Amino acid sequence: MRLKPVRGSGITRAGTKAERGVIELDNVSHSYGDGDLLSNVSLTLAPGAFHFLTGPSGAGKTTFLKICYAELLPSAGGVRLFGGDLRRMDRDQVARTRRRIGVVHQDCRFLDHLPLIDNIALPLLAAGLDPVSERDNIDELLNWVGLRARAGALPPELSGGERQRAALARAVIMAPDVILADEPTGNVDWDMSLRILQLLIELNRMGKTILIATHDLHLIRSAKPLVAARVLRIKDRQLHLAGADL
Amino acid sequence: MNGARRIVRLLRGDPRAGQVVPPSGFTARLTQFTSGAMAFLAVFAMALSFSAGHLAERWSQALARTATVRISAPEGQMEAQTIAVLEVLRTTPGVASARPMSLDEQRALLEPWFGPDLPVETLPLPRMVELTETAEGVDAEALRLRLAGEAPGAVLDDHTRWRRPLVRAADRLRGLGWLSIGLIGAAMAAMITLAANSALAANAQVIEVLRLIGARDSFIARAFVRRFTRRALEGAAIGTALAMLAVAFLPGEGDDGFLSGLGFRGWDWLWPLALPPLAAFVAFWATRFAAFRVLKGVT
Repeated sequence: MRLKPVRGSGITRAGTKAERGVIELDNVSHSYGDGDLLSNVSLTLAPGAFHFLTGPSGAGKTTFLKICYAELLPSAGGVRLFGGDLRRMDRDQVARTRRRIGVVHQDCRFLDHLPLIDNIALPLLAAGLDPVSERDNIDELLNWVGLRARAGALPPELSGGERQRAALARAVIMAPDVILADEPTGNVDWDMSLRILQLLIELNRMGKTILIATHDLHLIRSAKPLVAARVLRIKDRQLHLAGADL
Repeated sequence: MNGARRIVRLLRGDPRAGQVVPPSGFTARLTQFTSGAMAFLAVFAMALSFSAGHLAERWSQALARTATVRISAPEGQMEAQTIAVLEVLRTTPGVASARPMSLDEQRALLEPWFGPDLPVETLPLPRMVELTETAEGVDAEALRLRLAGEAPGAVLDDHTRWRRPLVRAADRLRGLGWLSIGLIGAAMAAMITLAANSALAANAQVIEVLRLIGARDSFIARAFVRRFTRRALEGAAIGTALAMLAVAFLPGEGDDGFLSGLGFRGWDWLWPLALPPLAAFVAFWATRFAAFRVLKGVT
């Protein structure tokens, strides 16, 4: 199955070894016209790392993630994705690079006219693969996120938790190297939040690099005993490494 | 063969790629209707053009090598002047043959205006002599001078005066027909581009999601291009078929009239069959152009 570990045992955790990152931001600044939202932010996400990104609402967490998966080009600074300079990539290269990054959007962004199973298989289709031949993997993935029975449901028929888990399933269908999640527990109850967190931790154990943007400090504290996670905080347009206050 | 296979594959469409775009009833019907209506009009423009072409050719051929000498003389001199005219014509270079028209032939010429029972023999009609020219043709001015000398009541009418503007008008009509087909094609391209733009705008969120999950521009464009190409082909096929039926059942009463001669003849009937593929071709490029233009604005 595509979900199975794609890396060997020698995974380097964030910060333990100087290694070229899967996502590298170098002095990145971004503004929406009325001043900088992010200013001179640098970060290297090492393969297999687990990061939380926190900060108050409007601090720039979503913007930061958008820059990480090339939905936004920063106003200044450099972005390297898997070693490639984003500014030098043509549109096809950007598309191919995005297949290596699974994104769980806050609003999930499904195609409402397609049943859940087709939404999950969409990245395969976009990559020119045949979802029919991958049917077993898709079923297994649906089992993994507990949505096998909802495979034929349309997205508007799903609950908030189901949508978030479905978005996670779609994000990992292409066995990406990196998973970026924007408030993946924003619209679900605590039990479902923990379940989604558990799924993300499982993915990290398979070698995936995880970056979760959340303002939920309880979630971050719950993850601490389970995974070696770094917590980054956006404050005053800068990125800081959060410490003992969490 | 590969090209043909590619076209068939394109038209058959990829149901999996196509399903990413939600069904859009209004733009689907609009594209089909536009394409059908344009094809219908194009068939008529084509029929007009072909008919005008045939007419110009017919007039040109029928009149180019013939001329008429009209003899208006008193009753007693008519026979002598006719003989004189025939003698002049016999010895004129460029005249292949010359013969006086019979009363029946003259009656037939006058029939459209005066009816079939006209007593031609009782009327003081001029005598007509029809002459056929050789490929070299006749020096009309020299012949007129000779006729004036030998038969003062004879007037040469070489048809040129009224033939040229008629042939020119028919040629222009043919040109206008083809110009109309060009304009119809351009209008169809514009309308399909608008419909495609509308569909693309309505599906902006779909396009955005597809880009974010790693779809290349060509994949997204293809989903729209296939759909619009197919609709244009279907619409144009229906429009063409209906128009061909309409042209086939147009009342026709021979070749003499212009309107009664409107239509296709023989191999001409194959030409309208080119319209559906042409409409699909126009839709393909119009949608592709629109899709890539919209995609440029999506990261």
